[in-house]
Amino acid sequence: MKFLRNQLDKVKHSFEKGGKLEKYYYAYEALDTFMFAPNTTNDVKGSQIRDAVDLKRLMMTVIIAMVPCLLFGIYNVGHQHFLAIGQTSATLGEKIGIGLWQVLPIVVVSYGVGLGIEFVFSILRKHPVNEGFLVTGMLIPLVMPPDIPLWQVGVATAFAVIIGKEAFGGTGMNVVNVALTARAFLYFAYPTDISGGVWTYLGDAQAIAGYSGATPLAIAGDAVSTGENVVASLNTFGTGWNEGVFTLQNLFIGLRPGSVGETSTLMCLIGALILIITGTGSWKIIVSVFGGAYAMGLLLNLVGSNAYTQMPAHYHLIIGGLAFGAVFMATDPVTAAQTETGKWVYGFLIGLFTVLIRVFNPAYPEGIMLAILLMNVFAPLIDYFVVSANKKRRLQRATV
Amino acid sequence: MSTAVAEVVEKKSEPLFSKKNRKLISNPLDIDNPITVQVLGVCSALAVTTQMEAAVVMTIALTIVTASSNVIISLLRNTIPSRIRIIVQLAIVSLWVILVDQLLKAYSYDLWKQLSVYVGLIITNCIVMGRLEAFAMGNKPGPSLLDGLGNGLGYGLILLIVGFFRELLGGGSIFGFKVFEAMNIHYTGNGLMLLPAGACVIVGVVIWVQRSINGHRETH
Repeated sequence: MKFLRNQLDKVKHSFEKGGKLEKYYYAYEALDTFMFAPNTTNDVKGSQIRDAVDLKRLMMTVIIAMVPCLLFGIYNVGHQHFLAIGQTSATLGEKIGIGLWQVLPIVVVSYGVGLGIEFVFSILRKHPVNEGFLVTGMLIPLVMPPDIPLWQVGVATAFAVIIGKEAFGGTGMNVVNVALTARAFLYFAYPTDISGGVWTYLGDAQAIAGYSGATPLAIAGDAVSTGENVVASLNTFGTGWNEGVFTLQNLFIGLRPGSVGETSTLMCLIGALILIITGTGSWKIIVSVFGGAYAMGLLLNLVGSNAYTQMPAHYHLIIGGLAFGAVFMATDPVTAAQTETGKWVYGFLIGLFTVLIRVFNPAYPEGIMLAILLMNVFAPLIDYFVVSANKKRRLQRATV
Repeated sequence: MSTAVAEVVEKKSEPLFSKKNRKLISNPLDIDNPITVQVLGVCSALAVTTQMEAAVVMTIALTIVTASSNVIISLLRNTIPSRIRIIVQLAIVSLWVILVDQLLKAYSYDLWKQLSVYVGLIITNCIVMGRLEAFAMGNKPGPSLLDGLGNGLGYGLILLIVGFFRELLGGGSIFGFKVFEAMNIHYTGNGLMLLPAGACVIVGVVIWVQRSINGHRETH
């Protein structure tokens, strides 16, 4: 630590005003404040903030909350790979090895491209490097299929950071969630690589006979036309290569094909716990997303026109990426509703729309991405109504 | 649509290509562009720009309609009763639109099939009506012609830029010529660019680039 500090101090003078590399001061500053909490303090006059938790530290908390999902995802990618090629004797180490081999490059590309663009913009616009990408850079790999081509990750990250964020003025100014912008970009730009049976990494190996790349969402979607009971189809799925992969219990634990980090509801809940305990994420949003999805599921059960709508409501909470979206995407403080009442409405509507899109739009099997992006756009409107309702209430109380 | 009082450019007679009149053509290309600055005619700009060819035809069609309607309205400007001016303008615009439509149908049937509804919708294109209201109603035929040409070309310029990127990124070709295949590069088409949302993004980027070059800011 001491060594790092000394090294940073040693090169500092060349970045300061009049130094050789003055133009790149903000690149230096970003690195410095990323490693060490800034040692500057407020003026004697004015407000005094004594909390050491600045935005960078806050972002680190979110990343720590994502670590369970990431580690589980890495293991799961390898696990699914060996199951799909029918090699049941693989050791834990081999599974993690395959997982790392697939996932780490995605993480590296995501961070490399995203931070590169952030640095360029901070130098062009002469402002300190924004911290926002620390979290986005980790979210992007977690919502990608393990087999995604790396150039697509790069293009999507560049698109999301430039169009989704920098065009609006940088961190804290974006209207929609940046990581989901990246995923939505890929979803519409290169649909064949991010939908269908891409959720298991096969590599060069041949898949075992009987292997199917179908996801729970696809199975439930097919039930609309076949009319088979969704739960029964899920329970019997995977016979021959991955027995019981879509049972209720396994869906919750998450040893199933899917995007890298989204499969495990359990790991998402651990992440949620970290976010809530540290006060980083809003528990109101997380709870209301689950609540909204569950309520909509129950409502559809009542209507019950086809096999998908008759699927038990709690299944909606564990298939697909609803849990991951609710915990890490919907709680993004920049794009979510800001008022406390607004957060309930915002989260509830995300859950509701997720189920609505899943069940009634066969073109988009997973609804959480589009639901969050949609509600991101409406969050300011929700806030507006909450604030004006509050104003009205207080005006009525006023006696003057 | 603009209800502002027509901007009167010309008081006494001056040559058609005076400095002031030349501005009527050059301004809409940049600082007064109908799409990126006035934000008119965006609907058709998103709809017809998946291919360069369609964008070119649309540009020509709109330029003809705007310029000729401008001239005719300008000639009639003192005789049109102001209470029914919109319907008169519409009648004249639709005359030109039908002419263009029939010409396309006669000489380039495939493109006509592809564009038909959008050519018809030029009648309601805000650029055409906007120029009639804001310019032709208050100016002589000469400057009105230039204004119509300028705005048609300004619209077309953006259409061509958007069409270029959409066709290149979306399908890997320009005017139907497979660029990447010719260079022996494998190119995966970007499906987003073929959707209207992709066009919206490109128009946004064009506006971003344009404003950072010429420093234009909205004034309220």
